[in-house]
Amino acid sequence: MTVTTITDAELAPKDYASDQEVRWCPGCGDYAILKAVQKTLAELGAPRERTVFVSGIGCAARFPYYLSTYGFHTIHGRAPAIATGVKLANPGLDVWVVTGDGDGLSIGGNHMLHVLRRNVDLQIILFNNEIYGLTKGQYSPTSRRGTHSPSTPQGSIEAPVSPCAFALGAGARFVARAVDTQQPDVVAVLKRAHGHRGASFVEIFQNCVVFNDGVFDHFTSKDVAAEAQLHVEHGKPLLFGPNRERGLRLKAGTVALEVVPVGEGGVPPGDILVHDETNRALAQLLAALEPPAFPVALGVLYCNPAASYEAEVYAQARAAGFSGEPADLGALLRREGTWTVAP
Amino acid sequence: MATASTLRARQARESVVIRFAGDSGDGMQVTGSRFTVETALAGNDLTTFPDFPAEIRAPAGTTFGVSAFQIQFGARDVMTPGDAVDVLVAMNPAALKVDVKDLRRGGTVLVDTGAFTERNLTKAGFAANPLEDGSLAPYQVLKFDITRLTTEAVKPFGLSSREAHRCRNMWALGLMLWMYGRDRQATIEWLRRKFADRPELAQANVAAVNAGHAFGETAEMSEHLVGYTVPSAPAEPGRYRTVSGTEALAWGLLAGMRGAGLEKMIFAGYPITPASLLLHTLANLKAYGVVTFQAEDEIAAIGAAIGAAYSGSLGVTSSSGPGIALKTEMLGLAIATELPIVVIDSQRAGPSTGMPTKAEQSDLFQAVHGRNADAPLAVIAAATAVDCFEVAIEAVRIATTYMTPVIVLSDAYLAHAAEPWRLPEAAALPRFPVRFRTDPTGFHPFVRDPATLARAWAVPGTPGLEHRIGGLEKDYDTGHISYDPDNHARMTQTRAAKIAGIANGIPPQQVSLGDDHGAVAVVGWGSTYGAIHRAVSEARDEGGDVSHIHLRYLNPFPRNLGELLARFEHILVPEMNAGQLVQLLRAAYLVPAQGLSKVAGKPFKVSEIVQAIEATLRSPHPRSPSPHRGEGARG
Ligand SMILES: Cc1ncc(C[n+]2csc(CCOP(=O)(O)OP(=O)(O)O)c2C)c(N)n1
Ligand code: SF4
Ligand SMILES: [Mg+2]
Repeated sequence: MTVTTITDAELAPKDYASDQEVRWCPGCGDYAILKAVQKTLAELGAPRERTVFVSGIGCAARFPYYLSTYGFHTIHGRAPAIATGVKLANPGLDVWVVTGDGDGLSIGGNHMLHVLRRNVDLQIILFNNEIYGLTKGQYSPTSRRGTHSPSTPQGSIEAPVSPCAFALGAGARFVARAVDTQQPDVVAVLKRAHGHRGASFVEIFQNCVVFNDGVFDHFTSKDVAAEAQLHVEHGKPLLFGPNRERGLRLKAGTVALEVVPVGEGGVPPGDILVHDETNRALAQLLAALEPPAFPVALGVLYCNPAASYEAEVYAQARAAGFSGEPADLGALLRREGTWTVAP
Repeated sequence: MATASTLRARQARESVVIRFAGDSGDGMQVTGSRFTVETALAGNDLTTFPDFPAEIRAPAGTTFGVSAFQIQFGARDVMTPGDAVDVLVAMNPAALKVDVKDLRRGGTVLVDTGAFTERNLTKAGFAANPLEDGSLAPYQVLKFDITRLTTEAVKPFGLSSREAHRCRNMWALGLMLWMYGRDRQATIEWLRRKFADRPELAQANVAAVNAGHAFGETAEMSEHLVGYTVPSAPAEPGRYRTVSGTEALAWGLLAGMRGAGLEKMIFAGYPITPASLLLHTLANLKAYGVVTFQAEDEIAAIGAAIGAAYSGSLGVTSSSGPGIALKTEMLGLAIATELPIVVIDSQRAGPSTGMPTKAEQSDLFQAVHGRNADAPLAVIAAATAVDCFEVAIEAVRIATTYMTPVIVLSDAYLAHAAEPWRLPEAAALPRFPVRFRTDPTGFHPFVRDPATLARAWAVPGTPGLEHRIGGLEKDYDTGHISYDPDNHARMTQTRAAKIAGIANGIPPQQVSLGDDHGAVAVVGWGSTYGAIHRAVSEARDEGGDVSHIHLRYLNPFPRNLGELLARFEHILVPEMNAGQLVQLLRAAYLVPAQGLSKVAGKPFKVSEIVQAIEATLRSPHPRSPSPHRGEGARG
């Protein structure tokens, strides 16, 4: 395992920027996420030499080139597999995966499923712009039905996948969500993800100004955000609205949520569900909420840690006798069934 | 144990081929393995090959449920499991039906008459009982009721009739051990260890072995029940064991990891026949620094190997043809990022799913050329089970010295075949310690060693060397993304030159048998080694001007190969594919190489190669102009 080096000077967000010119389209949501990640790293005091960003292919996946940490821009959809190898080889590294909705849920959907259920200690950030940006705007597996794109001139006819619902279904033990331009929330969520041991999955709604501009406006634009966003916090009631005057409660007689007014003229505050981030069933309900009937749930939807994959791998290796010291190869070869031919 | 019977009856044999065949449940693999150990201990050279059914649990008594184990052993170098069987042990009618066709005329077949019931005969598809209808007339048939004899031998131990029945293989083993004058001690000890917690089973099995042995020793000698002696083969002094290709690969990878001075190997695989065996073997070597990872597919497996290499461990992945095909895009990434991984391909018959349990050498093109764009990598092949050890070490050496993926070609035959191995001293194994880059001065990810052209191996965790790599083309001088046309040409040439330069660090091609010039060079690669070697040896005994050249390095070829081949009139290339190496040789050296192809899912017989050599010796010189040999004439 690697030795931690003490960095003498505290690093500022700009110290996590590489010398490469950023090449996203002007106005792309990726810029905001890059800034938020650099800020997160600075606030975490992340040692650059022990931090690795692994990405697949797509606009989002260009990310590692713009950071001054170690970075590996791999191939389309496969970043989780490579990140797993990095972590198995050196569990002491802090490994982040950056992926897109096409990268992570179409070509790489299988790897995403398995990296989550295995619970490899990685922070996985999925930039969801509901479109294939890099290949010039085809619909993606998260595109809503009816998305017009070069490959779906009459509108797409496929049902979209919800990244957080997928992650929860795959057995992820940390699932969170944020909006690209809401920097404090992104930073807060990424710091939580970083603190979580095991696979943490963060979906960031990211605006593609060129091919899918404004797809999230109905819950991200300033005038509707308070109405349409529910910021969940563990142990706090699920309230939203400009004056937190509305809330969620369990609909009587079913396993479904409903929006109810709270306080004067509404239900008593005690009726409102309190967020329990260790409750997977609640997380699934929250992940499925959609405007206009419901707000979009943001923040840490689910966090329920368990032993991480690489930790268990090394626990088994140690139990089998691995110490880091070279074991006797000669003895292994001579372990059984040998005979000697005398000179 | 010079008893009266051995003195009376034993005849000498140079070498013998035995095949143990029975139902999947009859324990033929165990029987064969125990016979192998006793034979090795008796000092014979040997080669073994198991042939198990593709079905996991085929219905008992059916022909597709037959499991067989073949061994050739002898007093001289034994290099193949043997063309024709001398002794067939057939534990039931289905085994007789499947395997008798490989028995040489005049060979011996031992059958358990107790298993030749009406029901078993029907299941095996016999209309009449072959023991009675004269169809076995060309052979010497030993008919014993092994079922009854075993039941009697194990009676004192109170086994269930099912358990008693399962001791039949040990009775047959005992008889075969007697027939070849082998000891039983190692087997008896092994049985006691194996059934340590069921002493009655241990005793019963030992009693069955002893009963079979005593039967040979004391029975009224039928004219066919003869004992033989097979003198021991001359062997260099040292400590020996038998080793299968899979074991040798696993241990070779470990030795390679040690040689490179690496602490850990991350071995990632996805189950596939016949490559899974290596995953299973390595999964038991965690104490030695092996981390095995069963990935979700072959792509993820090579991905994890690449991630591990990026992080400074030995990254290894293994599969068979279809899985190697899935790894293709990742190989391109490893080539572009110049990361050292080892990819082992246990080739099997194809295309597509093909015949998963049958060996073929048809992935050579895939290994050498099977990627998009100009994407060179190193390809080497193992010739024998023992050779797998050195080849694995060599793969690690090339990968880490040149920062490149290396494909090792093995096959379904080598994965299972076993032979005696003189164990190397751990201290004498090759060392080629890697040097991780630590110095930030002048560093960028594509700074190269001027001699090898290998880029620096700079692993995450190293302060001051933070850098970004990926599949996008990189600038030669800075390592940054580059779309510059001249730079791409330069990087393409550099990647090619680096792989070509591996030839400077490998031994020149040797001739494994015969002169370095002459009428015919038989050029092979991979597991055909034994058959070609024996065939060339036989042809030479008949006065043929023939040499055997066997290639370990398939990309790049050894530097002297073209010049060496040019010194032969004919180049004959036997391969278990439709002709792949033959094309590579023609392309590389413009030589009139002729292929000899076998794609039957079975290894070459020595006789098949001998015939091809004889035909080649009789044919005109291909380089002399002849209107009838247009193809060859272009050399
Ligand atoms: C094997 C392979 N197939 C297809 C592509 C082309 N390709 C590159 S990026 C991409 C989709 C990217 O979409 P997404 O992951 O959503 O990322 P975005 O560009 O939207 O950030 C595709 C199809 C590729 N690079 N490799
Ligand atoms: S295409 Fe869309 S996602 Fe890609 S850089 Fe441009 S705006 Fe961003
Ligand atoms: Mg996208």
